[in-house]
Amino acid sequence: MIGKGIPRKESLDKVTGYAKYTADYETPDMLHAGLVISPHAHAIIKQIDISGAVKMPGVRAVVKGENLPLTGEELSDRPPIAYDRVRFHGEVIAIVVADTPYLAERGAAMVKVQYELLPVVNSPSEALRQDAPLLHPNLGEYKKIQMVYPVPGTNIATLTKIRKGNMKKGWDESKVVVEEKFAFRPSDHAAMETRCSFAQIHPNGTIEITSSSQAPFLIKRLIGQYFNIPPGYIRVNTPLVGGAYGGKSSTQLEILAYLASKAVGGRLVKILNTREQDMLTSPGHIGLEAIVKIGSTNDGNLKVAELLYFWDGGAYSDKSIDLSRAGAVDCTGPYNIENIWCDSLCMYTNHPYAAPFRGFAHSEVLFAFERTMDVLAKKLNMDPLELRYKNAILPGHTNPTQVRLTSSTVGNLPKCIKKLKEIFNWEEGQLIELDDERVRAKGISCIWKNSTIDPDASSGVILSYNTDGSINLISGVIEIGTGTKTVLAQILAEKLKMDINDIHVQMEVDTLNTPEHWKTVASRGTFMAGRAVLAAAEDVIHQLKSLASFILRTRVDDLEVGYGKVYVKSDSKKYIPIKDIAYGYSFPNGNAIGGQIIGRGHYMFSGITYLDKETGAGNPGPEWAVGAQGVEVELNRRDYTYRIVRAVSVIDAGKVLNEKMAVGQVMGAMSMGLSFAGRETFRFDSKGIVLNPQLRTYRPIRFGEHPIYEVAFVETPVKDAPYGARGLGEQGLLGMPAALGNSLSAALTVNINYLPLIPELLWKVKEGG
Amino acid sequence: MAQSLVKKIGVSLEINGEQRQVEIRPADTLLYVLRNYLGLTGAKPGCLNGDCGACSVIVNEKVYKSCIMLAVEAVESKVTSIEGLSDSPIQKAFVEHFAFQCGYCTPGFIMNTHAMLLHEPHPTYETIKEWLSSNICRCTSYQEIEDAVFSVIGRDK
Repeated sequence: MIGKGIPRKESLDKVTGYAKYTADYETPDMLHAGLVISPHAHAIIKQIDISGAVKMPGVRAVVKGENLPLTGEELSDRPPIAYDRVRFHGEVIAIVVADTPYLAERGAAMVKVQYELLPVVNSPSEALRQDAPLLHPNLGEYKKIQMVYPVPGTNIATLTKIRKGNMKKGWDESKVVVEEKFAFRPSDHAAMETRCSFAQIHPNGTIEITSSSQAPFLIKRLIGQYFNIPPGYIRVNTPLVGGAYGGKSSTQLEILAYLASKAVGGRLVKILNTREQDMLTSPGHIGLEAIVKIGSTNDGNLKVAELLYFWDGGAYSDKSIDLSRAGAVDCTGPYNIENIWCDSLCMYTNHPYAAPFRGFAHSEVLFAFERTMDVLAKKLNMDPLELRYKNAILPGHTNPTQVRLTSSTVGNLPKCIKKLKEIFNWEEGQLIELDDERVRAKGISCIWKNSTIDPDASSGVILSYNTDGSINLISGVIEIGTGTKTVLAQILAEKLKMDINDIHVQMEVDTLNTPEHWKTVASRGTFMAGRAVLAAAEDVIHQLKSLASFILRTRVDDLEVGYGKVYVKSDSKKYIPIKDIAYGYSFPNGNAIGGQIIGRGHYMFSGITYLDKETGAGNPGPEWAVGAQGVEVELNRRDYTYRIVRAVSVIDAGKVLNEKMAVGQVMGAMSMGLSFAGRETFRFDSKGIVLNPQLRTYRPIRFGEHPIYEVAFVETPVKDAPYGARGLGEQGLLGMPAALGNSLSAALTVNINYLPLIPELLWKVKEGG
Repeated sequence: MAQSLVKKIGVSLEINGEQRQVEIRPADTLLYVLRNYLGLTGAKPGCLNGDCGACSVIVNEKVYKSCIMLAVEAVESKVTSIEGLSDSPIQKAFVEHFAFQCGYCTPGFIMNTHAMLLHEPHPTYETIKEWLSSNICRCTSYQEIEDAVFSVIGRDK
């Protein structure tokens, strides 16, 4: 069962149109909300005139932002609805609630807002300037949680420091030093399902929210915290989610839906983002400016790394604080470096703010670091793959946060590099001239990722039997497309030695009856919920054996569960079918005992710690998944157009649980990484306005533009994980920007340190155009 | 003013072989009518701009993006949405080749591919590319979708 390519459990629903997502639910009593959003990136709101909108027949309420609590996951800096000042293009200023979506939109257009424009902060480096406008003059007064270190009087939302080893020693030992600068703007997840939420308030005060989210339990926690509501009075439902990639783990639209419902006496109100609102108003993908300086000995032993990361967190810090911290934890590539200095600054700018994006700051950092590795290799006159192999991080080494690594926690990177070398035909050479104009070039990148999750994040599972001995599996993991719930069924089928078709998985999550899974993020679903499934399985096994032991007149420890039976180990002919005891056992005279067997299990990582403020030292997460990736391009040197020919990933998966889905996760992530690196960015004008908030002008990779994908796995188990499996949902993406950048830099013999890698950029860098 | 905004007309639409009477605004798109009046939510809103193809349906054997087509344009036409398709080879192929993950773009891809195969049972790769590049999938790498399509055509790329 483990390892098999079982199709996902919800397959038939998804190919017949039967699968329901949040926006698919609609009832006649439902009202609809339209958003009024800011056309400016930075302005004082002088006046909001709602008189025209309230007079419109069919408009039931207009909600403005005065007197609302400040929100934000780690630092409370964001008014849910702007009222005195707007800080990014697309920020919500008012919500119009009306009978139909059309009337809501008309009503929103009737709201008149007067602005006084302010100077705009259009990049992290602008935000750092002494004379930069301050986005948050009250930064010092905002409420915050642990590990958040804002610098009041600046645009720095938080500063995370990594101080490892002795920098002077590192530089003294370095004979070859390179320094490179990098930059790219914020972009978007562009999930095909735009975000949607609807909310109502029941007569007893219970707030019920349905939302396309990766984190319904977080919504419950944050709404409770922001509005001072006891957790039992908040219920959040999440049906299937139409793509998320991190973008749906922030709590944003749900707050608006709640406020809209409150404004109409608790009636049901739905908000469905238009594509433009989804890209501008709801949080997107973080941008970065970076300076990477590394030194090595003459024979290529890395000795030191000095890193400055300036994250373009946008107007509010919600999740960018955590992103900038994750970027500091894994601030280098996966190499053994004894001396590291890193400052990772989360900067406020007048850009749309950031949500997590698949890879959680890692593809961004790796683009900078792995590009610099190639620059170093060139200066050393060394094969870039050899340089990486030589410095690969191993058990026994320490990471930037000074954790001593083991085979379980860091896997086997050298093995991944070796395998990549073979699959990628590295020996044939990095550059192949095809003719006068065209060249084929290869670029590589190593990857690693830990998941800096909350130390007390937990996951729970409930199993209940049906009368035929089949099982219902309920977990708080959201089915966002990763197939995790099918993998959980596989884990259970393996453990109970039963047919996977006899396991019925609840796809939807309702926080009232589903045990909590912290958030469906960070490639942690299979690890945490998988362990919870195993714990719940142990629980039902124990119950089944206890009941069976006296029916079979045998000791509990002589019994075994499997194949639909509880049987005696030494004599498998002595058994009782599970279906005969799953709902209790009845004696021939009618006496009965027991009841429905219900199992429960939970899991929480042990040993994760907060990081030290001054050095960053601490244990950030359970394990690193490592890997090596390559991208091959065919470039035309005359007009700078190129085609991605091939993309390869070798990833230490710990253990592959469902091969087809594992390959699918990696290939899909590679595609998203190439799309981000090759095409995607918000285009800002000088006033901070996003010029391309729609899929016609913000253009992801389309069918036919995809290269050939190849995926291979190495399996070095993680001790604590179910069957040894490492995180796999994000890893495929991580090295794609760097590998693509390295292939194009090699093809043009010039350093290309910006994204996205479009022909115009290549031309500009090469010819100074 | 608002009254004239919501003035409705009665139309008859043939959808998945059934005649359906609906009261609609003349400005309502086919997508809106399918989803909000008829409860056929298989066609998805993704951009409402014709850019992503998640709303694709078949009208008289041609594939249309129902978000940029008015419902009144579909009067006296045969409309097929994903709900009207069952056990088609392409649906099975999508399952077998893991050609979807979140599933949101899937109805659009399936309707588009189905329409292509009605017209071109043996399409070249260029033809497939021309048809399918009008839809966006964010989860898969497209290679899985390509595999599913070629398995139905019965040959390799």
